[in-house]
Amino acid sequence: MALMASSRREVGSRSFPLLIYILVPLLALGLQSLISLHLPSFDLIDLPLLVTIYYAISRREPITATLVGAVIGIAQDGLTHNPLGVFGISKAVVGYMAASLGVRVDTENHGTRLLLIFGFTLAQTGVLYLLERHMLGQPFAWHGVHEVIRALLNALVGVVMFALLDLSRSHED
Amino acid sequence: MTGGAPAGLGRSWVMESFFSRYRNALVLITVLMVQVVGLAVQVRRPGPNPSDKGSVRLIRSWVVGLVSPPERLLRSTGHGVRSVWMNYVDLIHVRQQNENLKSQLDGLRLEEESLAEDARQGQRLQALLGFKEKYIYKTVAAQVIGASGTEQSKVLLIDKGSRDGLKPDMPVITPDGIVGKTRDVFAHTSQVLEINDPTSGAGVVLEKTRIRGVLRGDTWGHPEIVNISPDERIEKGDAVVTSGGDAIYPRGLAVGTVQKVVPDPDGTLVNVQIRPAANLSRLEEVLIITSTGSVMPNQMQEDLTQAADAEQKASDVLAERLPSRIDPNAAPGAQQQSSNAGAVPVQPPRPPQALHPDRYTPSDTPPATDLVPGQRFAPTEASASALSEPEAAGSSSADAAAEPAKPSARPRSRPETSPAEQGSSSAVKKTAKPEPKEPSKSPADESNPSAPPQSPNPQGGF
Repeated sequence: MALMASSRREVGSRSFPLLIYILVPLLALGLQSLISLHLPSFDLIDLPLLVTIYYAISRREPITATLVGAVIGIAQDGLTHNPLGVFGISKAVVGYMAASLGVRVDTENHGTRLLLIFGFTLAQTGVLYLLERHMLGQPFAWHGVHEVIRALLNALVGVVMFALLDLSRSHED
Repeated sequence: MTGGAPAGLGRSWVMESFFSRYRNALVLITVLMVQVVGLAVQVRRPGPNPSDKGSVRLIRSWVVGLVSPPERLLRSTGHGVRSVWMNYVDLIHVRQQNENLKSQLDGLRLEEESLAEDARQGQRLQALLGFKEKYIYKTVAAQVIGASGTEQSKVLLIDKGSRDGLKPDMPVITPDGIVGKTRDVFAHTSQVLEINDPTSGAGVVLEKTRIRGVLRGDTWGHPEIVNISPDERIEKGDAVVTSGGDAIYPRGLAVGTVQKVVPDPDGTLVNVQIRPAANLSRLEEVLIITSTGSVMPNQMQEDLTQAADAEQKASDVLAERLPSRIDPNAAPGAQQQSSNAGAVPVQPPRPPQALHPDRYTPSDTPPATDLVPGQRFAPTEASASALSEPEAAGSSSADAAAEPAKPSARPRSRPETSPAEQGSSSAVKKTAKPEPKEPSKSPADESNPSAPPQSPNPQGGF
């Protein structure tokens, strides 16, 4: 199967300079906050989620991905009025799943990335729905078509963004 | 599973094997559990103040502190570049714009005069009812530097905080309408919860029907008044203002207009979707109301006084321009004197003297200037018969003709509700009552009695 990892290069983990680990999530949070202020429909895109997925499928270490996802999610919670942990939990789950899946599939393929981001965006919305609606009792409606469009947009933006982030990494084959 | 365990090390080996095998999943479960417990603690925290406390507030403050400086920098840089460009381009049209603004200002002055009278009347009524009005004493202007960036949370980030006197639950407005309220206030930045967030709430009232309700956002981020009784009087475009019942927003601030009425999912009640007056998707500067009170601020009182003076001047100017102010029978010097200032009461218009007394002219009626308020006189037989005839209906036109002679030049009339004003208005009516009997018919009327009565003004200025 073309999507499955078939070579050592495809399953090798990538490392990034420490500065990139800190700067990219901060930049994602800042841009998300700033752009959606001037372009309200930009809140369909979730840049912190894309960064979480990218680190997870690049490092392929579930523990690291879980922790990175949790930290980015809690930071994103800090910009909202949600209790801290809503995005933290959802991104920790997504990070874990992405890293676990990243070992088995070829994450260098753009098609694979598109499908992964699409699926993980829907997965995050599902976790958010469970948390907000059933655990916190907050109003949260699942609009099916809207969520699919949102996932598709994130997938398209993610593919471009992943290609740009690929330039910053160093190989550890 | 334990088949390969060395003797004596069975239990520890099993545990070690278990942890090493399920290490990833255990870390995930631990992380999730910690956050779930954290969520439970935060949600359990009671208290009316929605802002966070302790460590949660600290984490939020760190995040905002990390994100806001670049946003502030980007914002100020972009603002500077844009202002330089816009100032240069705007200079091309500044002259035309100035002319437009001047003409607009003239219109607004007239409008202000009538509104000032309304405000005074409102104050009198409120004083009578013992109603406590909330006036805005002080506002702090702030720039919007960021948003939450998620669909689930309608939160803005502004560049003013507790150092600028801000506190949680302060109303945030624009000149167009309300925006929301402050939530978490940090040293130099604050979070603003917008009115279209599902967890927000504002007491509002429909201006026309006076139906009260609670405004909050739906799951799409549209503000709506929720759970009100169906009412056919609610129409699209009806204005919605704050009711003041939530103890956050002062009463009477613009909220928006009715967009549509949608049935509540339960079916018995309805939700009214609102188009917000403030453009919530294009906010750049906002005002935070930091101080309110029940006494009218000095500046507003001065404005009202100035408006009253302007109204007096406007009435003088308007009265001077009216042709009724010119007394054709008066001497030229007296005309100048009367048009000089409003101190001397102006004589009502008086038609030319009739050449021959006719049956339509009640010659025994004293002139209106000789009458005193409340005085009654018995009409003579001739005048009574003249008034009983159908032609006496012409007195209504004379009545209308005499109307502009009154010194008041109010732009529009309104019912007087104050007892003091009722007394004064009735006195004016009593004084002006006998005036319609004074006008006499011209010779042309005398020759043709069936002709409609002409205007008493020789210039036809009425």
